[in-house]
Amino acid sequence: MQRMNRNSWFVAASLAAMLTIAGCHKKTPAPPPPPAPPASAPTPVAEINANPDSINPGDASVLTWKTTDANTVSIVGMGAVATSGTTTVHPTQTTTYHLIAQGDGGSADATATVTVNAGGPPPANNVGESNIDENAFEAAVKPVFYDYDSYDVRPDAQSTIQADANYLNQHPELKVVVGGYCDERGSTEYNLALGENRANAAKQALVSAGVSPGRLRTVSYGKEKQFCTDHTEACWQQNRRAQFTLDQ
Amino acid sequence: MIVSLPGKSLTLRFLLSFLLMSGLACGVQAQDWVHIETNQGNPKIVVAAADFKAGSADPLTGGLKSAFDQTLYNDLRAAGILDVVSKSMIPNATPGTPQEINLAQWAAAPSSAAYVAFGTLGVNGGRLMVQGYLYQTANSPNAQVLGKQYTDNANVQASREIAHRFADEIIQQLGGIPGIAETKIYYVSNRTGNKEIWVMDYDGMNERQLTHLGTVSLSPRVSPDNARVAFSSLGKNGWSLRMFSLDLNRLVAFPAWGDTTLSPAWSSDGSRLAFSSARTGDPDIYVCDASGNGEHRVTAFRGPDVSPTWNPKSNAQIAWISGRTGLPQVYIMDADGGNVQRLTDGGYASAPSWSPNGELLAFAWNRSYGPGAPGGEDIYVMDIASKRWTQLTHGEGANDAPSWAPDGRHIVFQREMGGHTEIWMMLADGTNQQQLTHGGGSNTMPNWSWK
Repeated sequence: MQRMNRNSWFVAASLAAMLTIAGCHKKTPAPPPPPAPPASAPTPVAEINANPDSINPGDASVLTWKTTDANTVSIVGMGAVATSGTTTVHPTQTTTYHLIAQGDGGSADATATVTVNAGGPPPANNVGESNIDENAFEAAVKPVFYDYDSYDVRPDAQSTIQADANYLNQHPELKVVVGGYCDERGSTEYNLALGENRANAAKQALVSAGVSPGRLRTVSYGKEKQFCTDHTEACWQQNRRAQFTLDQ
Repeated sequence: MIVSLPGKSLTLRFLLSFLLMSGLACGVQAQDWVHIETNQGNPKIVVAAADFKAGSADPLTGGLKSAFDQTLYNDLRAAGILDVVSKSMIPNATPGTPQEINLAQWAAAPSSAAYVAFGTLGVNGGRLMVQGYLYQTANSPNAQVLGKQYTDNANVQASREIAHRFADEIIQQLGGIPGIAETKIYYVSNRTGNKEIWVMDYDGMNERQLTHLGTVSLSPRVSPDNARVAFSSLGKNGWSLRMFSLDLNRLVAFPAWGDTTLSPAWSSDGSRLAFSSARTGDPDIYVCDASGNGEHRVTAFRGPDVSPTWNPKSNAQIAWISGRTGLPQVYIMDADGGNVQRLTDGGYASAPSWSPNGELLAFAWNRSYGPGAPGGEDIYVMDIASKRWTQLTHGEGANDAPSWAPDGRHIVFQREMGGHTEIWMMLADGTNQQQLTHGGGSNTMPNWSWK
């Protein structure tokens, strides 16, 4: 089933690529008539939301979109984007974001408007050309959690690693710090070494999932920085992690 | 000469013998808290410290004399080898010179002192002048053991330092090995909001901040010549070793390898540093020279390897903490990585410190560590040759990071109790526990200077 899907995606992708290439030939005297969509191809569906949809100048809003049955997805003014994803925007004036999804079964579009209130502080610079800030990054690239005194990536963390790797592979310009963290118990020095092992285990898992090791830098925080400060197992579990942050 | 008292070897031997006795008494498998007097069979020498005589009318005199009297008394008591007569038991007299002392009065009950320290403290022209004497109280033509004169600036810290020097002279005379009253303790305090490296006198006085890095600085280790402090610090590229010059009072250049470089340890000749580094992606023990050159890897075990300490007697062995089998355990090896031996048989062990005589390791151990078994974290001492150990603290808070004093008779450590951590010291048999720091954030990772 999976293989069939992948094959049909491949066919569709190469079709789309051929179309794009064909479209670039400006000197073609007479454009061929658009091919009729295959009768079986479903019509794409597109959806985009801005949260919050009303901001002050300088503040950010996160765009979240998803599409189905689309081969080429773009946001007007941003260019091609993933078929689903999130990005952070910092509009300085009220802006409507126009999502266009094209697929074998036609196209769909959706819009989301971010209203920028008058007044307020001047807009801040966007963070990097990728237009992805730390919050959006951490919303997309989730941490990996570890068992007590262990740095083995658990089976239940594999799906997180895969999703994280997918996102990183979609954003090859991003460099990442892999932070290793431990709970509050035990030796300060030993936990720093253990945190390094945790960070490195997460790094290796991402590398195995196709992320270039040159984009990943490990830093151990041991028990020096804690996400949760209660003295309970629930809290300790929160603190035994590898956390991914943008390497800026 | 009058002083015919235990020499160095005997002093060290008492420690070893109490360890062996505890092992023999209880059996290796069933070791537990055993009461062993440190001077069993060797009654402590009874010493009285007179309040010094005010040698001037300068208004500074009273305050400086009070600091001096208190410091001298505390130093003699803290030494652990002397029975210091309580201030309430000594004669109501302040002899300032040998001509003014009535030795029989000090020899008699209730003082019953074998030795008496006394003298004069005065301020003249802004200078503090102290004449200190140690006399044997027994009727003898050679009653004088010590006669010392000190001059320094007229301030409280100088007065305390003179008391430390005089105390160390007395302890050297009566105990046979140098005292620790002039030593320092390096440690980590977060009282500024960040963990920085601090230093204090061995008695907890005279606290002073060394680093102002505004990040996280840990694991201070002073060099054997008291010239530099190595420590690890978190920077943009992770943990590196940093070097603070005590002569220049600032950081000096040291290679920053990054790679989570942690827990430096000086060899006792000051020529080498052992440390943990994760440059391969896995933390291992490395050794470099004192300037950070010639670094090479010594261990190659999967899992955390950290917290090395050299055998200061030979500099041919290193003890460290390894998680190669799971929970961290104490191991020893040759300095080139050969002859690896595991010393602890389970639980969660951390922070080994090798005793000055090369025979003992102090470390923190939680023998029942694990989820659902939040056992006590206590300080233990192990005799390396026999692997027999004795427990020094017994569940009073969570204890960690022991560090030997240069006299091999004292251990400084951290104790977390009631949500904050303070630095304590004790005798190497666990007695005379005394808190050195008092609040102002958490005070951790003490490291006792080599002299």
